[in-house]
This record gives sequence, structure tokens and C-alpha cells, in this order.
Amino acid sequence: MLGILASIIDGVLVGLVYGLAAMGLTLIWGVMDVINLTHGAMIVAGMFGLYLLASALGLSPYFALPPVLVGGFFVGVALYWVAIHRMVGRPPLMSLLSTFAVNLVLIGLGTAVWGTALFNVEVSLPGLSLGRYTFPGAHILAAGLAAVIAATLYFFLHKTRTGKALRAVANNREAAELVGIPTTRLLAIAVGCGVALAGGAGALIGTLFPFTVLSGDGYQLKSFIVTVLGGFGNPVGALMGGVALGLLEGAVTPFVPVSWTLVIEFALFVLVLVAFPGGIFASRRGAL
Amino acid sequence: MTAVLELDHVSKRFGGLQAVRDLSFTVREGEILGLIGPNGAGKSTLFNLINGVYAPNSGRIAFYGIDITGAKPHVIARHGLARTHQIVQPLINMTVLENCAVGGCFGRENLPLSLAHQAAREAIAVAGLEDRMETLALHLTIAAKKRLELARALAAQPKLLLLDEVLAGLNPTEVEHMIGVIRRIRDRGVTILIIEHLMQAIMSLSDRIVVLNFGEKLAEGLPAEVAAHPQVVEAYLGDPKLAAELEGNA
Amino acid sequence: MVRRPFFWIIALVVAVFALVPAIGNDVELRESLALAAVYITLASNLNLMLGYAGYINFGSIVFFGLGGYICIWLVDANGWSLALSLLGAGIGVSALSLVFGFGILRLRGPFFALSTIGIVEGVQAFAENFGPWGGSSGIYISPQVFLPLGGAARALWLIYFMLVAAMAASLYLSYAIKVSKFGLGLIAIGQNEDAAAILGVPTSRYKALAYSASAFLPAITGGLYFFKGAFIQPSDAFDLTLSTEAIVICMLGGQGTVTGVALGAYLYEELRGYLLTTATFSNFQLVIAGALLLIIVLFFPSGLMGWIYSRFPRMKRVLE
Repeated sequence: MLGILASIIDGVLVGLVYGLAAMGLTLIWGVMDVINLTHGAMIVAGMFGLYLLASALGLSPYFALPPVLVGGFFVGVALYWVAIHRMVGRPPLMSLLSTFAVNLVLIGLGTAVWGTALFNVEVSLPGLSLGRYTFPGAHILAAGLAAVIAATLYFFLHKTRTGKALRAVANNREAAELVGIPTTRLLAIAVGCGVALAGGAGALIGTLFPFTVLSGDGYQLKSFIVTVLGGFGNPVGALMGGVALGLLEGAVTPFVPVSWTLVIEFALFVLVLVAFPGGIFASRRGAL
Repeated sequence: MTAVLELDHVSKRFGGLQAVRDLSFTVREGEILGLIGPNGAGKSTLFNLINGVYAPNSGRIAFYGIDITGAKPHVIARHGLARTHQIVQPLINMTVLENCAVGGCFGRENLPLSLAHQAAREAIAVAGLEDRMETLALHLTIAAKKRLELARALAAQPKLLLLDEVLAGLNPTEVEHMIGVIRRIRDRGVTILIIEHLMQAIMSLSDRIVVLNFGEKLAEGLPAEVAAHPQVVEAYLGDPKLAAELEGNA
Repeated sequence: MVRRPFFWIIALVVAVFALVPAIGNDVELRESLALAAVYITLASNLNLMLGYAGYINFGSIVFFGLGGYICIWLVDANGWSLALSLLGAGIGVSALSLVFGFGILRLRGPFFALSTIGIVEGVQAFAENFGPWGGSSGIYISPQVFLPLGGAARALWLIYFMLVAAMAASLYLSYAIKVSKFGLGLIAIGQNEDAAAILGVPTSRYKALAYSASAFLPAITGGLYFFKGAFIQPSDAFDLTLSTEAIVICMLGGQGTVTGVALGAYLYEELRGYLLTTATFSNFQLVIAGALLLIIVLFFPSGLMGWIYSRFPRMKRVLE
């Protein structure tokens, strides 16, 4: 019994990182009604960014996190201009296809360079022992960092001018333009932040589990599940949804072979959507 | 006198907002019933309740005696109810004819494609769009789009037509033309429930008027009766004494 | 429909596919055209959802792969004839799709698209763990199955003609639907689903029917494809590359048109063949497909047929 509880607690820790990833997805969704199908590729980019910086600079992997976040932001802005700018306002089908196309290119290039080899980032941290169970230090630190980044985002959205402008754009783009907010610039910033979050989450996941170029798909699906659980365009909900998913995983993994976990999560995703087409915590669009 | 549409204590709330409150009235066959009220009074919401986009929280809606409360929109369309929208919803990359053919195919008569095209052509003629039959809806002016919205609803050969601010945004000539079209539609045997802000137009078109305010029925009756109703005047102008004064000075 | 010129244009294309390799007994050409026929079949059926109803099915490969599995299993383990097995595969996959369809088609645009990927992953996981289907090793067919067809060489020709027949059926099916009331309803759904519902289009039913219809011929084609190779395994059967390429083909040629899909398939296959001889990494296949898709979506959303229609408006009447 206690073993399951330990598994669940561990799941919650990992879940915070999932929540962070989902925040990246839901931010872009909430601000401009675009579903970023490069999300998985960006998570993988974060993983590889971590790996390259850690092995090239020989630093502790955690020092690679800030550059990954900053780099992710600029990649996101580039992504906006390449694939999203012209799609804003067009039917959602089109932005799905354009981001899907970019994803194909990125993953294709990735597999061309790195193949499907497994990569691992060595992290040795003391764990926290409670009785017979040890919670890996890496999990605890990753959860902590995820929470810090999430808090920073919250602060940004609610306490800074740019953040408030962003929320205005999310709420009503036309009205925001009418009051003089430079919407295009803010949309680019939103995508920048969204990708930074995805990359940052990827880097954190890289400290927890081994990965390949193709790992992005699985984490992207988890992000979608979390978004459905937490509400679209709702970053706080995304974090809570991440915790919920982590909790579920922790409860299920002791009993089920790993390859079925994703299938179960996906089935849950479809079932929840069929029952609650707006997600469980269906927030009004733009309620960032 | 057949009751085409009966609303029986219909209510709808959205979260904290009571959009429609305990509303009851009847639409009689062959009449033009006007629905007026200040902005936000719940008129468009009411249309959405009637044609199945929303389900009421309580109350009953019947169409020719058949209970359609909370039924799906396409089922209600099959019964013979068609509607235009305040913000027009053309099928953009289809031609005027194709738009109307959709109405004809899936409306009351459930026509096969060739007959639907015929019904579409007739509806297009009534609305005065014959010269633009093959034009893509994308390329129409706003006035033409409004006519398309109307023609498309007409092609479904409905028994009841719900018109939502079909005159908004039109210049005086276009308004005149549209009023003529609406009268012609009624002459063909279609019952009409119309929301409109253009007071003169709706007062002259309607046989009877229902006034809504804050989701509730404020008054019901002949246009002249309703216009003189003090509560109605107050709802629009704020203060009947002021209204009388203004009238005196005019 | 028979009176319209487009009917005969399709017939001509089919005749070329059927006769040209046969007359010269040109096996290499046959194999190349066989692949083109598969692409055309997959893309035409995908078009029913993508081009008409406006729903992207990222996981259309599941029809192909599942059809392949059912057909091979019926032939190999149960001794059915090829024809019956193909029919069984087609009907089985369509029926399953109808059931799934009613569920996932309640989801709007992007969620539907994502759930189609999940379905592929789910079915693949199932196939990898299902004993009677050989698990992750798959099924090898014993060469005996080619005997009733007159031996391996003759069987390959027979299979080719059946692939062409499936392609012809797909082209005629998408044409027939496009000019029918059902098609009008689907296209209205693709333009504005809410407005279509208010106009009386039974949206749920139509979407489910289109989804199920779009499964039938790809399932049969999958059966033929894997039977031909005498081997099927989950990683091949459910490889998302093929359904991704079908999407690119639809968009390249012009989604919502019948000609566009056929043209797009042909062009794409040529491009792919050319590139594969010059670039050695097979991963570049998807990079090229992705870059192509991006350019199309950004600058030419109506594809090749969109360009043709704008230059030669008369063609709209002739080439659907």
C-alpha cells in the first residue's frame, strides 16, 4: 500500500514537469487559438539542448536550463513568423497543418542527424529517503524548478505590463488592437514563451529519463491530455492537470507494463473529451 | 387560428446571467410577429433556444404542437423552421446557388439535389439575387450576403421563418427592398418571427409585437398599443415624463 | 454522371493504368504504377474527410494496416480465398470505423485530428501484443496461397489489376459523393459546421458515414499490398509516414477536388522517387514532405487545382 503511495507522490513530482510542458501548449492555444503541433519537437529540442550543453560545457545539467529557456524563446518567435503569422484568423485546420509540417521537417532532420539512438544525461543527486522509499533527488529538483518557472510565468502574466497586454490579446484581439496594443509582437512573444516552456520542460525531463529524437510524440500527447484535464488557455489549470496526470501515472504504473501506459492515457483523453467537449475545467476562452 | 410556435414559461441562464426569464407567447399562423427590446434583452438568445442551438433550463417550446424543447438544430430544421443570423453565416467558398441548395436539400422537404436546385432558384428570385447566382459568397457585398442568408432560409421551404436583424447595416433603399421581400414571403404562406431595431420598419411590418426587456416579456399586442405602453417607452427612453416632454417639443 | 466528361476522363486514366504495363509486360512500370495507385487510393479516400468535411485524419493509415492484417489473417489462418478475405477486411474495417467514428467525430477539428493519431497508436499496441496476429514479429504467409491464383507471377498481375480497380473505385466514389446531396452536406459541414446543422444537415451522421466510407477501399488496398509482399508486421502496417504523405498529396493537388488528388499523387511519387535516388537518408522523405506541405499551406492553400482554376476558370466545369 505504501509502495503505491510512494509511486503516486513520485508521479506528482514528475507531473509538475508535465504541467510545465502543457503550460507551453495551452499558452499559445489560449492567446491565438492555434494548436502547436511542433510542441513535441520543441520538448525534444530542449532535451537535446540540455544534452549538448551539458556534454559540451561539462557543467551540471541544471546550468543548461537558462540557455535552453532563452534559446527556446527565440526559436518560438522564429516559429511564429515562419508557420503561424499567416495562419492567425484562418480556419484552425490551416495552423494545424502548418505546425504539423514544421514538425515533420524538424523530426526528420533530427533523425537524420541522431537516428533513433537513446540518449541519457547523467544526474547524480542525493535522494530523499522516507522509510524504505527513496524519492530521487532529480525528481524533487525538477519538480521544484518546474514550480519556479511556472510561478515566474504567473508573475509575468499578471504583474507586468507585457503580461497584461498578452492577456488582453488573448481575451479579445480586435479590442486589444483598438486600444493600441501591438498584437503581432505580442503573439510572437506568446509563441516564444510557449516554446520556451516546452523546451524547458524537455530539459527537465532529460534529467529524469532517457530519450530519443522520437520521444516528443509521447510527451506531446501527455501535454494534450493535461490540457484537456486542466482547461484550454488556462496555465494554472495546466499545472494542476499535470499533477493529476502524474498522480494517475503513479497509481497505474506499478500494475501495468510501460508500453500500455500511453494507450491508457490516450483512451482517457478521448473519453474525457467525448464527455466534456470543452475539457473538464472548461474555462472561457482567453481567461488567462 | 393555428399556433405555429408556442413558448411556455421558457427560461435560460448562463452562469450568473438570466438571459431569458419565464417567457411565454404564441406565434399564430400567417402572422408577422415582431420582437423588440433594448440591446441585451435576450432576443437572439431566444432565437437560439427556439432553433435548438441552446436548450432551455426550464419551460417548453412547441412547433405546430410538436415538442421541440432542446431538440437538435437539424431536427428542428426538418420540422420546417428556418432562421437567419444577425451576423451572417454564409458558406463562403460556395456559390449563392449552392448555398441555397443546401437549404433546399436539408430543409423541411428534404429534397433531392435537382429539386433542391429548383427551390433554390425560386428563393433566389424572391430575394432578388438572380444576377449573382454563380458568384461565390466570399465575393458578395454585405447587403447581398444578407439577401443570401434570407434566400437560403427560404429555399428550405419553412413554415416558420426567424429573421434576426435582417435590416441591420442596410441603406434606406435596401431596407425598402427587404421589407417588400418580407411581405412577399408572408404572402406565400410563411409565418414570420422578426427581431429588428429599425422601429419604423418593424412597426409597419408586424401584425403584433412582443417586447422583451432583461429577458422578460414587457408587453404584447398590436404595434400601436405597444408603442403607447408606458413601461415600453421607459425601457427605451428611460423616463416616460421625459418622453412626453420630448414629444411635446418635437 | 455518365454523361459528364469527367466520368470519361477518369475512365481514361484507369485504362492507361490497366493497359500500358500489361501490353508491354513491363514489370518495372507495373510496380511503379502500383505504388501510384496505392497513393491515389489513400489520398482520394482521405479527401472525403479532409477536402469535403474539413476534418484532418492524421491516422488514416489505420484503415490500411488493419485491412492488411484482417485480410492476411483470413487467408493464412482461416484459408479463405483472396477475394473473400479482401471483402471481409473492407467490411470489417468500415464497420469498426463506424463505431469509432460516432465517438471521436463528436470532437471538433483539432481534437479529432489528435485522436486519430491516438487510434493508430492504440491499434498498433494491440497488434504488437495480439498472439494470433504474430505479435511484434508479424505474419509471414506461406507461398501456398499464391497457387490458387495461378502461381506467383500471375498472382502479382492479378493483384495489380485489383489495385487499379480499387483506385478506380476510389476516384469514382469521391466524384459521385462530390456531386451528390451527401457531398453537398459534407462540404457545407467543411465550410461552417454550426451553420450547416442549423440548415438541417445531420452533421453527426454524415461525418460518421464519410469516415466509415473513407475506410473501405484503403482497407482493401492494404489487404492487397501486404498480401503481395506476403508479410505484415505492426511497424510497417501502422507507419504514419504513408498517411502523412496522403495528407501532403491532398493539399498539393488541391483538397476537395478529385483531379487534384490524382495529380498530386502522381507528382509526389515522381518527386519522391527522384529524391530517394539522390539523398541516401530515408528520413529526408519526411523532411521534404514537411517542407512541401508548409509551402503549400502558407502560399498555395488551394493546391495545384486552385492554381489551375484561377488561370482557366472553364476547367471548373470539366475537372472536378
